[in-house]
Amino acid sequence: MEANSRMTGLHESRVQRQKSSLFRQSLKRLMKNKLAVAGFGVVVCMFVLCFIGPFFSPYTDNKINMTLMNKAPNLQHLLGTDALGRDILTRVMQAGRISLTVGLASMLLSVFIGALLGAIAGYYRGIADQVIMRIADLLMTIPSLPLLFIFGALLSEWKVRADYRMYIVMLMLSIVNWPGLARMVRGQMLSLREREFMQAAVVLGLRDSRKLFHHLLPNVVPLLIVMATLNIGGAILSESVLSFFGLGVMPPTPTWGNMIDAANNMIDFQDHPWLWIPPGLSIFATVIAINIFGDGLRDVLDPKQKR
Amino acid sequence: MKHLMNIEGLSTVFYTEEGKVAAVDHVSFQVREGETVCIVGESGCGKSVTAMSIMGLVEAPGGKVAGGKIDFAGEDLLGMDPNTLRAIRGNEIAMIFQEPMSSLNPVMKIGEQIMEPLMVHLKLNKKQARLRAIELITQVGIARPDQIADSYPHELSGGMLQRIMIAIAISCNPKLLIADEPTTALDVTIQAQILDMLREFKASGGMSILLITHDLGVVAEMADYVIVMYSGKVVEEGGVVELFNNPKHPYTKGLLKSKPVVGQRLEELYSIPGQVPNPLELEPSCYFHDRCEQCLPVCRSRQPQLKELDGGQKAACWLYEEAEVHV
Repeated sequence: MEANSRMTGLHESRVQRQKSSLFRQSLKRLMKNKLAVAGFGVVVCMFVLCFIGPFFSPYTDNKINMTLMNKAPNLQHLLGTDALGRDILTRVMQAGRISLTVGLASMLLSVFIGALLGAIAGYYRGIADQVIMRIADLLMTIPSLPLLFIFGALLSEWKVRADYRMYIVMLMLSIVNWPGLARMVRGQMLSLREREFMQAAVVLGLRDSRKLFHHLLPNVVPLLIVMATLNIGGAILSESVLSFFGLGVMPPTPTWGNMIDAANNMIDFQDHPWLWIPPGLSIFATVIAINIFGDGLRDVLDPKQKR
Repeated sequence: MKHLMNIEGLSTVFYTEEGKVAAVDHVSFQVREGETVCIVGESGCGKSVTAMSIMGLVEAPGGKVAGGKIDFAGEDLLGMDPNTLRAIRGNEIAMIFQEPMSSLNPVMKIGEQIMEPLMVHLKLNKKQARLRAIELITQVGIARPDQIADSYPHELSGGMLQRIMIAIAISCNPKLLIADEPTTALDVTIQAQILDMLREFKASGGMSILLITHDLGVVAEMADYVIVMYSGKVVEEGGVVELFNNPKHPYTKGLLKSKPVVGQRLEELYSIPGQVPNPLELEPSCYFHDRCEQCLPVCRSRQPQLKELDGGQKAACWLYEEAEVHV
């Protein structure tokens, strides 16, 4: 009797384990990769700092205060103040909000466009494929940075309002990023659509939309997650580059990129390092952390990459 | 018995780099209601392509159904518009594949995959479909259906997955079940269970089965009617008992002879000499002539037609065409 109950107990625990979803299995494997977890931790800290931090700062009004110009770090202003007497720490946090939002949003948009167009191209082939992939090729042949510069210059030329620029920058980054994603999704689709389970789906009499979005796309999701994660880092970096050159988001809206602009000034560069080191370090830490986390994710989710 | 499916002069070609290959060449046969028809033949004889042609799985630009008629319950499957065809696939004609491991979507839960045809064809809502799916899993003899419904294909064994495939196939009570070598990838004990299950569902649901196999043991166990294919052509057909007791075509005789028999351990198993002819180099002859032990001069120059012989069997062989044989 007792043995019997122990048996069922054993059975139960096996069942519990079986119940764990693919997500949970992946999470478990991810947790074993300490570096990736650390990367994820840094990213989370960055988000918390940028989105919640400013609520605890007394300097969020960004008032110009000539008496506090270019003060070195001190107890009142932990990271010092800038040329207009604004608190650097507060500005770094506020800038992080913009930079991270731009990175996330442009990633979401480019993943959406890329996955949709790539899936359609790979599944239907023929004319749809030709049209979509030639557009993608066209965008990919132009190096993305000069392309972004041209877009940015056009924005300045057309005198787009400063507060809209952030959204337009997101859009620009997505336009530059989707072709790579679309190409990858298309490649996956081309191979997946020939697999036997897709024949089985045809035989079941399913609609194209169902085959595409229920059967094929979920098979690409792991790869998409990895690409998307790595994409955020790239987008943050691109946005910073643009803003650094004054072609992205414009001051007074702070971003990490336009804050490092201070390094352009020889005097600031040499005498006031607190102006440009904090935003620079933020970019560095965030992008590195995202990339490490992304690589960890890839090891977990994309078994083909493993040896 | 009424004809459920009537295939007439079906030809399927594939376009390869070396040229056009007729994988199925003017094949005609019938499937009656409630009957199990087996198509037998060695690899490359066109038996799977026949099934794929029926299901509309032969896709341009690789190949196409070049001619013939597939009449299913009074409707021509080949000339049908895609929407009507979709309503028939999975609903009235279901299919089971050879490799259960790769026939299920690896990232979808088993339950969802069974629910899908129920929701699409029988218009059940999610809850009803789930209940029915669990019922179906129980019906195909799997314990703990609730947990199985929530697991992924990689967590189950090949035999279990093939049962799931059967559950999906019978979910909408099809009139015809096409099984393309359903037991080839499974081990022998599981094979027997799967075959028993197919027979059971055939008896209870009144469906017809078109079973494609190269295993004569499976044929003997399952078939009511047997079609023997060679190089894309039907060479012999007949009731299972007649065909096994009294094979007419030399190829069928050879097939039956190459089966190992317990208690007769020979030095070497019998095998038909030679190879299947290259489908690109077919000549107007009996395609079997160079492997045939009873080859006649006429076999090398003219193709025999399928003819009804006494006893109701049909065979395509010059041996039974009296006029020519006795020249």
